[in-house]
Amino acid sequence: MRSDLTADIVHLTLEHLSLVGISMAFAILIGVPLGIFLVRRPRARSWILGVSSVVQTIPSLALFGFLIPIPLIGGIGKQTVIVALVLYAILPILRNTFVGILGVDAAVCDSAIAMGMTEGQLLRQVQLPLAARTIIAGIRVATVTTIGTATIAAAIGGGGLGVFIFRGVASVDTAQILAGAIPAAVIALVADGGLGWLERKVSAA
Amino acid sequence: MPLVEFRDVCYEISGKRILSGVNLSVEAGETLVLLGRSGSGKSTALKLTNGMLFPTSGQVLVDGRSTRDWDPIKLKRHIGYVIQDVGLFPHFTVAGNVGLVPRLEGWKNADIETRVDQLLATVGMPAAEFRARYPRQLSGGQRQRIGVARALAADPPVLLFDEPFGALDPVTRLELQQQFLELRRDFRKTSIFVTHDVREALKLGSRIALLASGSVEIVAEPAAFERAETAEARAFLAVLA
Repeated sequence: MRSDLTADIVHLTLEHLSLVGISMAFAILIGVPLGIFLVRRPRARSWILGVSSVVQTIPSLALFGFLIPIPLIGGIGKQTVIVALVLYAILPILRNTFVGILGVDAAVCDSAIAMGMTEGQLLRQVQLPLAARTIIAGIRVATVTTIGTATIAAAIGGGGLGVFIFRGVASVDTAQILAGAIPAAVIALVADGGLGWLERKVSAA
Repeated sequence: MPLVEFRDVCYEISGKRILSGVNLSVEAGETLVLLGRSGSGKSTALKLTNGMLFPTSGQVLVDGRSTRDWDPIKLKRHIGYVIQDVGLFPHFTVAGNVGLVPRLEGWKNADIETRVDQLLATVGMPAAEFRARYPRQLSGGQRQRIGVARALAADPPVLLFDEPFGALDPVTRLELQQQFLELRRDFRKTSIFVTHDVREALKLGSRIALLASGSVEIVAEPAAFERAETAEARAFLAVLA
């Protein structure tokens, strides 16, 4: 019985980590380039910000529900969960990306242009390094939120630590709930600490 | 042939006229000072010279070629630029900042290192002590010296100075003005130097062009400028009395 529970915890923790990891990878791959793209497009910016803010206000359980009937991305299982988690995680990442870039000292950008940097060089050598701290802060917020939200994945057959929590709630078993909640909290704390360390390390350079 | 020439240059932005009918020429080896109040269009004139802006009408010629016909990146690397807030890259060391344009131009690392050491010596900052420091570890005057070294790095024939010493304390400013004169003597660079300080203009300029609300009021050598009778010139000279 004990060893069964331990095996379950390990298995579901790994499943949880993979849900979060895959979702964050997609959110970063979409959010950072989109944030860069929006730096010079204030009108598209307010549009996309509006849409992402609306997505954020949809309760996560409802969003999973909405996604299930959609062909290709929907259905019961992991891919629906990942789509929903990506949608939630994009906003803080893309917002911090363009806020970070727009916040780079105008004198520094001007002198980079005056030195004859191309747009790509300006972006890679000046804007992204100087915005890195803000961008990582966005990724950190998104990661911690995603770790929590991913527990709801179990509701639509996505697995992860939420399995324990839903099982515990259904059978009024506190131990089961804790078996899901404690590892999720530990993962969130470790992720927060690690990304916080990265953030400080980047800003020291 | 003048190195830089303004022909009937007008510049407008969102319906507001910043420069109108400006004619100027800058000969090889001279320092043309653009003197004027805030908002007189001095900095705009500099940005028109290196292609950060283009005239609404008229032409700016660099080496006899309109700035519109230059490759915009080549033009900027052909012209050194020192700005008021220095604009050093906070995440690059002193060596990284000074060696920036040579690196963009694809010089070999060893050549960049040599060039950086040589330039640091030129602006009076020993390489051994300073090359690994970051801009935030320097004083305002030291940062400005690095700004000058960075502008000189790829040996551009023309240098633009946008109120480079405006934010410095009077003693440091005097030291840097002195250094500017030495550099000019040693390197024979052509410079356009923007300032609102008439003393600085008289001290550093081979000629002074006085800008008043977007037009050139007079162009004169310092001695002649001191005797100028136009309204704006007298307003500036009154500062000396």
